[in-house]
Amino acid sequence: MAPNGKANGREVVIEVRGVTVGFGERRVLNEVDLDVYRGEILGFVGGSGAGKSVLMRTIIGLLPKRAGKIKVLGVDLDAVSDEERRTIERRWGVLFQQGALFSSLSVRENLQFPVRENLKLSQRLMDELVVAKLEMVGLDASVCDKFPSELSGGMTKRVALARALALDPEIVFLDEPTSGLDPIGAGEFDNLIATLQRTLGLTVYMVTHDLDSLHTVCDRIAVLADGKVIAAGTMTDMLASQHPWLRAYFHGSRSRTGTAIPAKPTV
Amino acid sequence: MSEMLLQGTAQGDELRLSGGGAWTAQNARALEALIDGETARREPLKAVAIDMGAVERLDTFGAWLLERLVRGFTARGCETRVTGLKQDYRALMDELHAVKSEQIAAHKPGGPAAAFAAIGRAVASIGTNATSFLNMLGELSVVMLRVLGRPRSFRFTSLVHQLDNVGWRAVPIILLITFLIGCIIAQQGIFHFRRFGADIYVVDMVGILVLRELGVLIVAIMVAGRSGSAYTAELGSMKMREEIDALRTMGFDPVEVLVLPRILALIIGVPILTFLGSMAALYGGGLICWLYGGIDPEVFLQRLKEAITLDHFKVGMIKAPFMALIIGLVACVEGMAVKGSAESLGRQTTASVVESIFLVIVLDGFFAIFFASVGM
Repeated sequence: MAPNGKANGREVVIEVRGVTVGFGERRVLNEVDLDVYRGEILGFVGGSGAGKSVLMRTIIGLLPKRAGKIKVLGVDLDAVSDEERRTIERRWGVLFQQGALFSSLSVRENLQFPVRENLKLSQRLMDELVVAKLEMVGLDASVCDKFPSELSGGMTKRVALARALALDPEIVFLDEPTSGLDPIGAGEFDNLIATLQRTLGLTVYMVTHDLDSLHTVCDRIAVLADGKVIAAGTMTDMLASQHPWLRAYFHGSRSRTGTAIPAKPTV
Repeated sequence: MSEMLLQGTAQGDELRLSGGGAWTAQNARALEALIDGETARREPLKAVAIDMGAVERLDTFGAWLLERLVRGFTARGCETRVTGLKQDYRALMDELHAVKSEQIAAHKPGGPAAAFAAIGRAVASIGTNATSFLNMLGELSVVMLRVLGRPRSFRFTSLVHQLDNVGWRAVPIILLITFLIGCIIAQQGIFHFRRFGADIYVVDMVGILVLRELGVLIVAIMVAGRSGSAYTAELGSMKMREEIDALRTMGFDPVEVLVLPRILALIIGVPILTFLGSMAALYGGGLICWLYGGIDPEVFLQRLKEAITLDHFKVGMIKAPFMALIIGLVACVEGMAVKGSAESLGRQTTASVVESIFLVIVLDGFFAIFFASVGM
């Protein structure tokens, strides 16, 4: 791969090379390579327990790796000072599977927390931005003063997404964003991600199991199996692949091959 | 730098504004001041033209501030135009343009009225607390009667497990603390009584004080801090994770499954701990009398036999199970009152310990009046 972070003329924002992660005796990831390009929505799939979340957590620095190199936005996170690391961390947002909203803070305070800590803004501007962000994720100002325990599952996901977007990041990591949502809610959430990706020019790294999400919003799909990324490409590539795991995954009884693949929203 | 972000020139009743640089989160603070400065211009204006051609980057922060600028002038009745905005940012501007401004209510910190409201709520909560305490007592009695009717349904394993936690494992720390308390009272007694040659009465003081009051009080306070808090935290986190709801849906009564074994374990455990604690305190007192006061152990025991009656011992032991009941009830009521947040768990646990220690001391006062009037 080119050292300047460009590949196929596109800018690589996350570059994973030879990353190995293990717990005790068990190796979960074995020399994984992966590229994520600027402005794309990458769907990351794999069996349960295959290590999808492990790779995401390794990239954002929550898990230590045994070997390999990870560059985010052109910066090797192991080789920089804590200060520079924090600067990079402010340029990404993470949506955890359970939302991970701070249970003792209201929705407003949850959204203002990263802003308050990093920027010195007036209370008025922060209040206005909370409403703006909530509207962008399809909620309204009435949830402002609710606490996370009072929100439904779908609302929790949306508020958590709004918090991930609080600092206008360039990359968002989504860990199973549609799990636990009904098909209608999941569909709306997919559309929301696609819309936000277009308006804010985000790069989206989405760990998912949802075949519908993969069909409708993902530009590219990467597949993790046996501790390796066994394939990366578009949905068409996946469907055409002869790899047994890919065939089982994309042509299984729950897939929608045979029915027409809906067109991706135009970008 | 900040001058680059926004410059304005007024020509007659038309204002020309030109933006530049990066309208992003990092510059939002400076930009907000500039924008509010422009909106507050005093000149009578009819038209405003905002040229965004020189703006290199725009994020949600900058876009919102632009939107606020436009809205500010529109509200003043000016005709406002935005030109030169890059195509990439159109979608973002449209998104923010749709935000309804009437929803944006400023976050107001509470005034003096809020302080009074807080006092009112605190007073009212005393009543609700008392009600839920009595509720739990009633529920517990009903469950107890039901279990007596069919003893097989009683959770014996759970009781033994709880007894191990609150009784057996508490023995070392209770022994140590009561022993030290016994030592301290004896030392203080000897030190002050010696001045008027009444050393020997220290034995009376240690014996009566420990058996009637201190043994049971120290144990109750220790148990409230050690086991009451644990009960609240356990039940509270089970409540938070819907485990208690799960029990209920399976047809179990949480009071029978969780509360009854816990409170029974305390009612059995606390008297035993009180007995052990009182003995340790007497032992400590005797040891100090011997080492520090020069009172031989034989003399100490002789004097102790004369000074105390069985009544003194009974008074302490009768109180113990009631203290245990109070601690257990408060801990379980507070545990069940936990709501979804981590903060609420901490608050209820604190409340559990504070309330149970307070109630233990109040109950001790009532017992003192009661025993005095029955002549014990």
